[in-house]
Amino acid sequence: MGAAQGGDRRAYDRLLREIVPYIRAIVRRHHASPDRVEDVTQDVLLTIHRVRHTYDPSRPFSKWLGAIAHRRAIDALRRRVRADAHETFSPIAYETYADPGANKEIAAHEDSAVLAEAITALPPGQRQAVELLRLKELSLAEASAQSGQSVGALKVSLHRAIRSLQSILGHGEGRDE
Amino acid sequence: MSSTDGLIAELTGSLQPVKRLRSPYARAALWLGVIAILGAIFVAGFADMPTFMRRAGNPRLGLELAATLVTGVLAVLAAFMLSLPDRPLGWMLLPVPSFLLWVGSSSYSCWRQWIVRGRDGLGIGEGLDCFAWIVAFGIPLGISLFLLLRRAKPLAPAPVAAMGGLGAASIAAFLLQFFHPFDVTFIDLGMHFAAVATVVILARAASRPTLGAPDR
Repeated sequence: MGAAQGGDRRAYDRLLREIVPYIRAIVRRHHASPDRVEDVTQDVLLTIHRVRHTYDPSRPFSKWLGAIAHRRAIDALRRRVRADAHETFSPIAYETYADPGANKEIAAHEDSAVLAEAITALPPGQRQAVELLRLKELSLAEASAQSGQSVGALKVSLHRAIRSLQSILGHGEGRDE
Repeated sequence: MSSTDGLIAELTGSLQPVKRLRSPYARAALWLGVIAILGAIFVAGFADMPTFMRRAGNPRLGLELAATLVTGVLAVLAAFMLSLPDRPLGWMLLPVPSFLLWVGSSSYSCWRQWIVRGRDGLGIGEGLDCFAWIVAFGIPLGISLFLLLRRAKPLAPAPVAAMGGLGAASIAAFLLQFFHPFDVTFIDLGMHFAAVATVVILARAASRPTLGAPDR
């Protein structure tokens, strides 16, 4: 490491290759998964590279290296525990939610059922305005002729209906339409 | 080639010579030396030295002063030690005996004040000014100390910051004694230690952004 501090690339390359098994052995004490062991081992190598100026050649290298490997392995463990505390494991998560395209039909079905229920709960005048102007997509004049309500009354009813639906379906704001 | 082999090749390829960090003793001595010179100039220019010398002649106060200064020096040394990867957390215990001596000797002085002066010995004297002094001097001292400490890129910044904060606040409390021509009451003493705790807490809170750490 003393030579590496001076910029000797060959010595550094040899050193890093020689210490990898030692680092892995330390990391394995804290992590079981081979992928994770490899990730943390690489993190230790990066840390060694970053703090290589702190190594004092008059002191044992193994102690310096071991302290870094141990420290980073513990840090990785803490990160994982913190992440686990904020995440919930769901065995069907991938099948159900990972690919939005695969869920469109289910989501659309669920949304329309909820919407139909909400429209049914509206007062008769508002419900009629929604049905004629939004679901049947009639013009205001056609809707007025069909319902017997004035154009102004229809506009007011539709506005109130939409406000009511937004309030009822408030939890669904921001969803893809 | 595995990803670890690839990383090693990358690190080796980007290797540049680095300037080795000096020993923690040398780095601590450098910072303490500069602060001692600046502190001496400040004290010589503004302190009431005759009053201070008269108070410092009292063995109790002399012990309290020495304990305060030694706490500051040892906490600073501990911070430099802990900034290195291979130094154990046990270095945090280094300033503990002198800190306890500082608390003990100060409390004894307060207790005597209480015995001699009765209820007056419990009142709040210049406590708020002392609090402001320690915080106002402790923070810039701490910032200058952090500038040196961060060069080590400590892997565990929190204990380094806590020791650095304790060192800076203790040295600020020591400097305060040159401008403190009266004995402290329990309330004043409480304010002193509250100020020290404030600086330590601020230093601890600032540890990650200022001293940094490898990616979390």
